[in-house]
Amino acid sequence: MPFQPVILATDALIYLLLALVLGFVWYARQHPHLISPWRRVGRSRTAMGALVVIAFYVVIGLLDTLHFRLATGQTEDGKVRYSTEVHSVFDLLATPLRESSEKTYSAPFATHLFTKENIQLPDGRQVREYPRLKYGGAHLDNPHRDRAGDIFRLATLGVLGGAAVFGCLMLIAFRFRAAGLSSWWTDPARGPSRTAAIVLLIMLVLTGMSISLSGGYHILGTDKVGEDVFYQALKSIRTGLVIGTLTTLVMLPAAVLLGIMAGYFRGWVDDVIQYLYTTLSSVPGVLLIAAAVLMMQIYMNNNQDDFNSLTERADTRLLFLCLILGVTSWTGLCRLLRGEALKLRQLEYVQAAQAFGVSHFTVLLRHVLPNVMHIVLIVVVLDFSGLVLAEAVLSYINIGVDPNTNSWGNMINSARLELAREPVVWWSLFAAFIFMFALVLAANLFADVVRDAFDPRLRERT
Amino acid sequence: MMAYIIRRTLYAIPILIGVNLLTFMLFFVVNSPEDMARMHLGNKRVTDEAIQQWKVERGYEKPLVYNVAADGMGKLTDTIFFEKSVKLFAFDFGQSDSGRNIGHDISQRMWPSLAIAIPVMLVGLAVNISFSLMLAFFRGTYLDFWGVVLCVAMMSISGLFYIIGGQVLLGKLLNLAPISGYDTGVNAWKFLILPVLIGVVSSIGSGSRWYRTLFLEEINKDFVRTARAKGLSENWVLFRHVLRNALIPILTGVVVVLPSLFMGSLLLESFFGVPGLGSYTIDAIQRQDFAIVRAMVFLGAVLYILGLLLTDISYTIADPRVRLD
Repeated sequence: MPFQPVILATDALIYLLLALVLGFVWYARQHPHLISPWRRVGRSRTAMGALVVIAFYVVIGLLDTLHFRLATGQTEDGKVRYSTEVHSVFDLLATPLRESSEKTYSAPFATHLFTKENIQLPDGRQVREYPRLKYGGAHLDNPHRDRAGDIFRLATLGVLGGAAVFGCLMLIAFRFRAAGLSSWWTDPARGPSRTAAIVLLIMLVLTGMSISLSGGYHILGTDKVGEDVFYQALKSIRTGLVIGTLTTLVMLPAAVLLGIMAGYFRGWVDDVIQYLYTTLSSVPGVLLIAAAVLMMQIYMNNNQDDFNSLTERADTRLLFLCLILGVTSWTGLCRLLRGEALKLRQLEYVQAAQAFGVSHFTVLLRHVLPNVMHIVLIVVVLDFSGLVLAEAVLSYINIGVDPNTNSWGNMINSARLELAREPVVWWSLFAAFIFMFALVLAANLFADVVRDAFDPRLRERT
Repeated sequence: MMAYIIRRTLYAIPILIGVNLLTFMLFFVVNSPEDMARMHLGNKRVTDEAIQQWKVERGYEKPLVYNVAADGMGKLTDTIFFEKSVKLFAFDFGQSDSGRNIGHDISQRMWPSLAIAIPVMLVGLAVNISFSLMLAFFRGTYLDFWGVVLCVAMMSISGLFYIIGGQVLLGKLLNLAPISGYDTGVNAWKFLILPVLIGVVSSIGSGSRWYRTLFLEEINKDFVRTARAKGLSENWVLFRHVLRNALIPILTGVVVVLPSLFMGSLLLESFFGVPGLGSYTIDAIQRQDFAIVRAMVFLGAVLYILGLLLTDISYTIADPRVRLD
């Protein structure tokens, strides 16, 4: 085989999450009462627009999750030797971006480096000049004259490409019937799908533009070691998504189990569980995370042999961060579920089940758990954006993801020190800002609609 | 009332013991003092004597919970657990890993923290209440809609960007306020403008939206309808009836964070170079000073529990319908 698939710990959990989501979709299709709140979400224009944006992030994140190692050659006994470097499918697609490293900073769409260097002229003289970039605008003969026109040309190509893809999709969606298209455009009930289509068009045009432009330029500049900032921002998507989703995934079993047990059994079980979460939530979250991450650093320093590669090490740290964020954030959900279970245990159907002699375990599983799942879902969706933002702050304090991992927090952290420069190196911050803002805004808007669709009363409690 | 407060205070003791055990486990059992010494002294070429000396200097050479060598009470007291953890209950924080007295540092550094945290809280409260009251007054109009959109957009911006943006815009480009630093006494006000302003602005998004839902909830209640039916003006209804009742959850939400104001804001202080407890904690985390982090974890937990207690009490004061039993 020319490559060997690699499944990192977070990859495995992402696949698990994906399987859970698909399993839920399959299950919900047979149970109309499970779909009906989602239909309400589907009727919201905001939610559908936000969903398209989130889908773009998720696709990039998933492509970046399919890891593999390339074959580099063969050993004497005929076995294939694999590279030690782990790449993802996304890396493969973005190879030009990944490999077009400059020497140091360069501004977006620049053709020259950000700092002056000694350049040897053909006649032997030395001058201090801004040298040309190796990749950015290297195809131009006279950058000062041709650059604006070239950028315009590439941008137009990108826009046309994006629009063409959109057109094809629409043609397929309407099976080449113009009548369907015109009635869709005027039907007031199809508003949400129109919004989704418009957002899709915008996203496709933006994607097309960035693909076409980044063929010739560094559209968001390069960072201190000359790496393309646009590539970094795209790679950071996976980190953000992992933190936002896996954290809730790893905390869910404990929070759900303890929460409904406390509310259902009451008595000493309730006391113990309440004590547990009050204790945990009274420790300031940041400090608990800091303490745990410090401890993990010590552990990793002392057990360096356990990790085969830098990627694996960074991945372990990412997973651990999810775990520890989960430990600090499950208490809120646990408290909500306890309150809900306290109410549920008084209801007739639970009392009836108890009177029939159904075991506690079955009552919890069949009668309590399904009736608190909407709260779980709402909290998962609501927590997402907060966690993405938290990652940036934690990385800033150096207790976030591994410094080698691409993440928006690390981008901000390294760019922060360059703000004192004249002129300001702003593009790393700008890139991190735009990518985070779009994701978090979409997630916030989507979460609001989901909450209102599933349980409008919960607004006052979360 | 008194009996309730006493019972709640007593209830806090097992929680504090739990916090203490947790930090002890985290800092001494999961990772032995030997690991910490290796971390501090560099990983590879370090002699056993150096490690031993590092541990003795900080009192980490003792047994964890039970000292077989000592006699009498010393079996329990001459241990790391007693020396480092139990003393926290008397707020005796001991020395940091770099040899400074933590208790003294904390008492010095809490004032700059408060100088930022209190104005941020008060101004933020005023701004958020006025803004959300305005949105509630214009509910259902375009102003309300775009106000909420603005709130959601502001919520979606990381706090880091507010700080960096404020520093670059107001500090660097417009030169309105010093970018960072601190001064003693009254002269500090210059350095407080920017952090306070940014602290307030970054809280508008989530704060205003949350208060708006509180107001809207009250607006739909029966007593408000009655007040309108009596012919009272919308202003009167809003300020006399809605605001007063919505203030109960707002104020109790503030009370819970009151004690924690001492801890300062991690981000604001470290970005603006304010020598408060927040930057103290961040410095400690970055220098990997375990003694300070441990002390701050304990202090934070105490203040949080105090906040919960105050919240319960303030409920009874603000809302006579709540009975404590």
